[in-house]
Amino acid sequence: MAQTQTHFELFELPVSFEIDLPDLSQRYRELQRAVHPDKFANASDYERRLSVEKAAAINDAFQTLKSPQRRARYMLELQSVSFDDEKDMALDPAFLMEQIELRESLSELTQSDNPLEKLNHIMADIKNRISVVLDEISQQFSSSELDDAQKDTVKQLVHKMQFLNKLQQEAEFQEESLLDVL
Amino acid sequence: MALLQISEPGQSTNPHEHRLAAGIDLGTTNSLIASVKSGLAETLPDEQGNHSLPSVVRYTENEVVVGQEARTAAADDPLNTISSVKRYMGRGLKDIKELGGRRPYEFVDADSAVPRIKTVSGDVSPVEVSAEILKSLKQRAEDALGGDLTGVVITVPAYFDDAQRQATKDAGKLAGLNVLRLLNEPTAAAVAYGLDKQAEGVIAVYDLGGGTFDISILRLNKGVFEVMATAGDTALGGDDFDYAIAKWIMDEAGIKDDTSHHQMRRLMRDACAAKETLTSNVTAELNIELDDGSAWSNTLTREKFNQLIAPLIQKTLLPCRRALRDAGVDVADVQSVVMVGGSTRVPHVRDKVADFFEQQPLTDINPDTVVAVGAALQADVLVGNKADDDLLLLDVIPLSLGLETMGGLVEKVISRNTTIPVARAQDFTTFKDGQTAMSIHVLQGERELVSDCRSLGRFALHEIPAMVAGAARIRVTFQVDADGLLSVTAREETTGVESGIEVKPSYGLTDNEIETMLRDSIEHAEDDVAARMLREQQVEAERVLEALEAAFEEDGDLLSADERKAIDLVANKLSELSKGSDVREIKDGIAELDKAATEFVARRMDGNIKKALAGHNVDEF
Repeated sequence: MAQTQTHFELFELPVSFEIDLPDLSQRYRELQRAVHPDKFANASDYERRLSVEKAAAINDAFQTLKSPQRRARYMLELQSVSFDDEKDMALDPAFLMEQIELRESLSELTQSDNPLEKLNHIMADIKNRISVVLDEISQQFSSSELDDAQKDTVKQLVHKMQFLNKLQQEAEFQEESLLDVL
Repeated sequence: MALLQISEPGQSTNPHEHRLAAGIDLGTTNSLIASVKSGLAETLPDEQGNHSLPSVVRYTENEVVVGQEARTAAADDPLNTISSVKRYMGRGLKDIKELGGRRPYEFVDADSAVPRIKTVSGDVSPVEVSAEILKSLKQRAEDALGGDLTGVVITVPAYFDDAQRQATKDAGKLAGLNVLRLLNEPTAAAVAYGLDKQAEGVIAVYDLGGGTFDISILRLNKGVFEVMATAGDTALGGDDFDYAIAKWIMDEAGIKDDTSHHQMRRLMRDACAAKETLTSNVTAELNIELDDGSAWSNTLTREKFNQLIAPLIQKTLLPCRRALRDAGVDVADVQSVVMVGGSTRVPHVRDKVADFFEQQPLTDINPDTVVAVGAALQADVLVGNKADDDLLLLDVIPLSLGLETMGGLVEKVISRNTTIPVARAQDFTTFKDGQTAMSIHVLQGERELVSDCRSLGRFALHEIPAMVAGAARIRVTFQVDADGLLSVTAREETTGVESGIEVKPSYGLTDNEIETMLRDSIEHAEDDVAARMLREQQVEAERVLEALEAAFEEDGDLLSADERKAIDLVANKLSELSKGSDVREIKDGIAELDKAATEFVARRMDGNIKKALAGHNVDEF
């Protein structure tokens, strides 16, 4: 497994945004069977260290390909698109407004009559938005080579996904604290 | 076959020989040891036929007593008899005070990272107390199996953080055990259950022990046990049920909070007995002996008991919800719920779990022994008794790991429920011109503020090459191994200089402290230190040579004749050295062989990866 090997090469899969998840999981399990530290409990120190490193690399590759957002980002990176999270936040104003509104409704939850029900609505809404963005990403990747404009579009979409995922986490955190009180 | 000559009559170098391995469930209340004998994993009894060893250690002026005898003495000698020590593993004095409940021992009020308990035979740390329990189990296994243990697997609550895991591993080392792996308790239970029932699909393991609670969601697929998510509470268990009953008695009988240690111990004992009675009866009679010699009697109904423990059970359901969500599954996806730990015998616990998961939990496996049995099964595989076994455990890290950033905030580096082993790199730079050192504060937990997370330690980086501010790029790599233990390495990327790292664990022992304790314990055992160290190195050399021989047999064709010859040369030298008595030389010989075989090992690993998927593709077409 040389440094230059991509995650797709590791799993012997074609570079594609569409991934058969059960097949990927199956390949992942077989790779782990070959390198997992449990197979090297009696091996030399170096072999054990190497096994931990390889197993960690396979875990990382699997997580990257499994998550649509990370997969999209990774595929862009393979096409030499660089991400600088601090600077890259130029999203369209309409999207940002929506985000602020969603965030506000989350923070106002505790004052509402039925916070759990309202939260369920918000969570369904976020889930819906995520699947819309995912569809858009998937469409962009349907052509094999992305032109510069497409790369930019996908990059924006990946950023949107990041926002939405964060929002989802926050909603889940809210749900936990609401349930904790009950 | 040059290497086979190291085999001498009476020495065990046959790679196919059965090695002795054991699984240890180091519990809050009871501990067990199990081993695989003629293909069957079973817990091992003591001479009286008892399988479970009470996790109680009593220190007297001239001896250490472990188990039932110590438990019996607890009420009479509360200060020197330590029970539930698992609750203090890897914790600081401040944590222990916050654990709640009355702690019936006296902790030394010192400014040490590791709390120490005052006893008549001196101050002891929780690691040392646990090591006594492990030593007792080790002795039991070696008597029963008739030989030295090659290695053991010790189980820990899945929700144990890094400090608690490290403390457990240290206790194993201190007890003279070769700890092959720390295994999460619910995962161990899943292995025992899954292999026994040939189960496939998503299962939930609800593990409520004496002092800890875990919930794990796993996917079982053809021998692969993949933990999807885990959650829990490391300070919640049957002990708290006892305490709830004791508190109720105190209220009813008018016993004050500042009552004597003896009274408290008796109350806890009686409360525990009442709890057990209520498993099969609807009422329990209480006859409490008071300090003034009088007695207090009353009846505790199951209904009242259920009411007392309801908030505690509720506390276990929130982690269940979180684990399901992190695993990305619904209640309907869970095919079975496996109950583990003595506290799942409580009827109200079973009812509430059934309500939550919308199905009857499985109670046909022994909740007390299933963890030790699962650990024994894995230990058997790890020592190499089952070379071609399909068993593969993929576990997760229970709590996120992060770093302190500006303003006392935590930046997450590895999030909870990430499959281990895992490695993540993070780049840092210098703040000032010519800066050659920096400090990194590592934390574990889910909260945003440093003060709400658990401090694992501070890593001081030295020997950073002097540059202008912001020019250095120090890549710090966090690696969590298959035991769930964190290690940190650092490297300056522009010059390639490895930075020195000094680790200061926030809670826990430094390597030096462990070594000192180890040396002390060997001296106390009146063992011949030098002889023991020599034997250890000889066994290690033997192990390394054996592994190499097996590797040659499998993949010898990866080497040219010359390459093979070069490795053989070093191997033969080690084989000669290991017959001698120079510990240092054998140690160096092992390191040298390790180095000589580096390229071979790397080629083998890559070959394994290729072969793994080659098989897959053949299956497919």
